[in-house]
Amino acid sequence: MSWEVVIGLEIHAQLATKSKIFSGASTAFGAQPNAQACLVDLGYPGVLPVLNEQAVAMAVKFGVAVGAEITRRSVFARKNYFYPDLPKGYQISQFELPIVGNGQLTIKLEDGTEKVVGITRAHLEEDAGKSLHDIFSDRTGIDLNRAGTPLLEIVSEPDMRSAAEAVTYMRKIHQIVRYLGVCDGSMQEGSFRCDANVSVRPMGQEELGTRTELKNINSFRFVERAINFEIQRQIDLIEDGGTVTQETRLYDPDKDETRSMRSKEEANDYRYFPDPDLLPVVIDDDFIAAIKAELPELPAAKTIRFAESFGLKSAQIETLVGDVDMAAYFEQVVGEGADPRLAANYVLGDLTAALNKDSLEIAVSKISAVDMAGLIKRVMDNTISGKIAKEVFEAMWSGEGSADAVIESRGLKQITDTGAIEAAVDQAIADNPQQVAEFKGGKEKVLGFFVGKVMQLTQGKANPGQVNKLLRDKLSA
Amino acid sequence: MSTLLPDFAEMARALRAGKVSSRELTGDCLARIKRHDSSLNSFISVYPEQALAAADAADKAIASGSAGPLTGIPMAHKDIFCAEGTRTTVGSKMLDNFVSPYDSRVVSGLAAAGMVSVGKTNMDEFAMGSSNETSYFGPVKNPWDLQRSPGGSSGGSAAAVAAGLVPAATGTDTGGSIRQPAALTGLTGLKPTYGRVSRYGMVAFASSLDQAGTLTRSAADAALMLGAMAGFDERDSTCANVPVPDYSATLNDSLQGKTIGVPKEFFDDGLEAGCAQAVQDAIAEYQKLGATVKEVSLPNLAMSVPVYYIVAPAECSSNLSRFDGVRFGYRTESTGDLADMYTRTRSEAFGAEVKRRIMTGAYVLSAGYYDAYYLQAQKVRQLISDDLSRCFAEVDLIIGPTTPTPAFKLGEKMGDPVQMYLNDMYTIAANLAGLPAISVPCGTSQNLPVGLQLIGTQFAEGLLLNCAHQYQQATDWHLRTPEISGGVA
Repeated sequence: MSWEVVIGLEIHAQLATKSKIFSGASTAFGAQPNAQACLVDLGYPGVLPVLNEQAVAMAVKFGVAVGAEITRRSVFARKNYFYPDLPKGYQISQFELPIVGNGQLTIKLEDGTEKVVGITRAHLEEDAGKSLHDIFSDRTGIDLNRAGTPLLEIVSEPDMRSAAEAVTYMRKIHQIVRYLGVCDGSMQEGSFRCDANVSVRPMGQEELGTRTELKNINSFRFVERAINFEIQRQIDLIEDGGTVTQETRLYDPDKDETRSMRSKEEANDYRYFPDPDLLPVVIDDDFIAAIKAELPELPAAKTIRFAESFGLKSAQIETLVGDVDMAAYFEQVVGEGADPRLAANYVLGDLTAALNKDSLEIAVSKISAVDMAGLIKRVMDNTISGKIAKEVFEAMWSGEGSADAVIESRGLKQITDTGAIEAAVDQAIADNPQQVAEFKGGKEKVLGFFVGKVMQLTQGKANPGQVNKLLRDKLSA
Repeated sequence: MSTLLPDFAEMARALRAGKVSSRELTGDCLARIKRHDSSLNSFISVYPEQALAAADAADKAIASGSAGPLTGIPMAHKDIFCAEGTRTTVGSKMLDNFVSPYDSRVVSGLAAAGMVSVGKTNMDEFAMGSSNETSYFGPVKNPWDLQRSPGGSSGGSAAAVAAGLVPAATGTDTGGSIRQPAALTGLTGLKPTYGRVSRYGMVAFASSLDQAGTLTRSAADAALMLGAMAGFDERDSTCANVPVPDYSATLNDSLQGKTIGVPKEFFDDGLEAGCAQAVQDAIAEYQKLGATVKEVSLPNLAMSVPVYYIVAPAECSSNLSRFDGVRFGYRTESTGDLADMYTRTRSEAFGAEVKRRIMTGAYVLSAGYYDAYYLQAQKVRQLISDDLSRCFAEVDLIIGPTTPTPAFKLGEKMGDPVQMYLNDMYTIAANLAGLPAISVPCGTSQNLPVGLQLIGTQFAEGLLLNCAHQYQQATDWHLRTPEISGGVA
C-alpha cells in the first residue's frame, strides 16, 4: 500500500528581547545558574507579571510578515502543571485568543514548485527553567535563568507531506524570524526549536491517521531524521497489523530513533483559564501601522532587488539572501565600493569556506566587510592578482591586518613596470628554447607554461595581463 | 495610662505639640500587645526593635517639621503583606519560615508616609475563612466577647484595632475579609475599588477579587491611610492609573441631594432582627442628613455566594501552586520521589479549608467541567455586576447590612462550610463587581457591634468616606469600645 505522510510543526522561537516577558531580568544566554532570575521569575509570594511590550511588538511583526490576522484583543492564560523548573506551578501562555491568527507561508519545494503552508496561529508564552541532572550526584539542580524568557510558538496546519517539506518550512520560518530580528535563530542555544506532529494515512484517504508528537528537536538535520524515522515506524506498525498510539515521543539523535515519553491517557489536564494578573492585550490600527512601517526588507523583495541591482546569478542570490547576516555583509562590501560580482565570489567562496572551517557565523567573521571590500578593491585596481589575493585573504583571516597592510608587509604588490616584466619574459624565453619551438610550431598551450615561468621568476607578482601580452608579442616575433 | 487617642488627627496634633512622642505611642502599643494579646491572639509577629527605631525616625521627622498627617502613628499589617526582612506567614504553616526579601506596595507606601508598623496580624490561612479559625497560628478572639470570632480573614487586624492594641491596621478583602471583621468588632473597614491599591507584594488568594484596605476606628482615619496606600504601581498590571484625590478634603461635604439605594434583597429572612433594626435606624439617620432613600433591586444577589465559591477557588488553586516545597517555605522531611515530595509538602503544610478550596478550584477548571462551572460563573458574575450598574444609574450609593448576624461563637460554624460561606452573602457582590465598599458600626445586637455597609461606584471612595464620616459625626457607634481596650476612646 502507498502511504501519505501528514506533518504539522510547532516552532518555538525565543524572542530577542533584552528582558524577560513578564519581568525585568536579563535574557542573555550563558550566565551562572540562577544569576538572571528575579523574584518574579522565581515565583515568589506576592509578585506579579508585567508584560514586556517589546515581546508584543515582535509577535505582531511576525504576524504581519506572514500576512496573518492580528488578534485585536488577545488574552494570556495559565497552563497549570507541577514541575520543579516551572516556578509558579503554571506557565503563562495564550490559549483561546492568541495574538497572531491565521496566516500563510509559501515554500519552494525541491522540484521547483511552490507550496503554501497554512499557519494556524502564533502565541506568546514564557519559557520554563531547566533541570540540571548531571551537576549533583544525589539530587537535581534547578536553573531558572531561562524561566520567563519570551517565546513565540508558531503552529502550522498539517500541510506538509514529507520530512523534506517540513524542514523547508522550518528553514523558511527561521529565515523570516532572523530577517525580522525577532529571534536570533540559534538552535544550539535553544532559541529556535521545534515539535513535530506526524501521522500517516493510506493514499487517498481523507481522514487523518493517529498522530504522534515528536518533542524538542533542535537541529534541521534532526528534524528530518526524526520525522523520517517516525514515518517508517508508523508505517511498519500499521503494516504489521498494529495501530499507532496518540502519544508524545522523544527523538534520540545518538540512537537515531524516537521513543515514547507519555501517552494521551497520561497527558496533563492543564486547566487553562485567563490569567487574572494580566489585562487583555489590546492592539489597535496605529500599532499595526507602526510595525508595518518599520518592517525590514524581506527575502522575496531582497531577491528581486539583488537581481536588478547587482547582476548576480540566481543561485548566488539565493545563497546570499538565504541568510540575513550574509546578505547584509555582502551589501556592506558592495557599499564600500567593491564590484558586486567580485564581492559575491569572495563572500560565497573564500569567506564561506573559511567560516565553515572555523565554524563561525558571518556576524562574527574574522574579516570585516570593510576589510573585505579593501581586499577586493586591490584586485580591482590591479595592485594584486586574484591569485595573490588568496594569500592576502589567508593572512587577513589569521589576523595580519587589512589587505593594504598585508600587501605592504609581505611585499605582494603586483609588478606593472613593463621593464621588469620584460626582463623576466626574456629570461623565460631564453631558458626554454624547446618550448619556444613548440609554440612556434603552433602549440598555443605552451603559452601557459611560459606564464608560469614568468610568475615563478617574479614570485607571482607580475601583472598577468601584461605577462600574456609580452609573451605573445615576443614569441610570435 | 494609655497614650492612645481616638483618631489620627488628635494623635498628629499631640505629636506635633510635643505632648507625646511616636516612641511613647509605639511603646504603649507594644505594652498593650504584651498585656492583652495572649488572650486575643491577634498578632503572629511583633517587632519591638524595628518599631521603636521607626518611631524614633518619625520623632525626628516631626521635630524637623517634615512630618505628614500619618507620621509617627503606630499600626499593624495583616500578615499577607510582604515586608522586607520580616516573616510573612499568610497564617499558614507553609510560610511559617518565610522571610520576605522585599516590601509590598502597601507596606512601603505606609512606611513612606511615616506610619510605624509594630508587627503582623493573625489571619485565616491564605485569607480563606470568615472566622479566623483556619489560621495555622490559632483562632483570634473577638475583644467584645472572647468566646466569639472577630470574623475573617482579617480577624487579627480587626481584633487588634478594636482592643486598642494599635490605632489602625491593614487588611485584605476578597469576599468581605475587611468589612465583615470590621462589622463584627465595631470598626470602620474600607475595601477600595479593585485596582485602587496595588496588589504588588500582597500574597495572592484570588487575583481578580483581592484588594487591600484598612481597618480603623473612623472614616477620617481610613481617608488618611487610603491616601498613602492608593495609586498607580507599574508592578501590578491590574492597578488603575487613576489620580488619587485628597480623601480628607471631601469628608465634610453635605449629603443633601444624595440618593441612597436600599436593595430589597439585603433584607431577607437571613438577616438577624437586631441587625435589621440597627441598619434601618442608620438609613433613617441618612435621611436626616439630607439623603434621599430609594428601594432598588439586585435580582441576582443570591447567586453571589455560589459564583464566588467557583471563581475564588479556581484562582486560588492556581495561585497556590507555587507553594511546592522547591524554592521557599515548607518542604516535607520525607525524601521520596518528586511527586511524593509535592504531595507530602502540600498535604502537611496546607490546612483543611485551603485544601478544600484548591480541590474545588482544580475541579471547576478541569477539562469537561470548565464550561459548566468556571465559564458559567463568570457569566453570572457579569449579571451581578450589571445589576449593580443598573442601580447606580439611579442612586449614588447602595446601603445595607454588612453581615447577616453579629459576631458568632468560635467553633459554631467550623463544621459547616456553607453556613460559614453565607456570612459573606452581603459583601461578596462588591468584590465580584470590583466596587468600593465600607462597613461602619451602626448599633448593637445582643450587645455586639453591627455593621452598616455602603457600596459605591468605581473609584467613589471619596463619596463613601464622606458618607461614612457624616454618619460618624452624627452618631457615636464608632467611638464605643470593648472593655478590654480600657476605654481608648
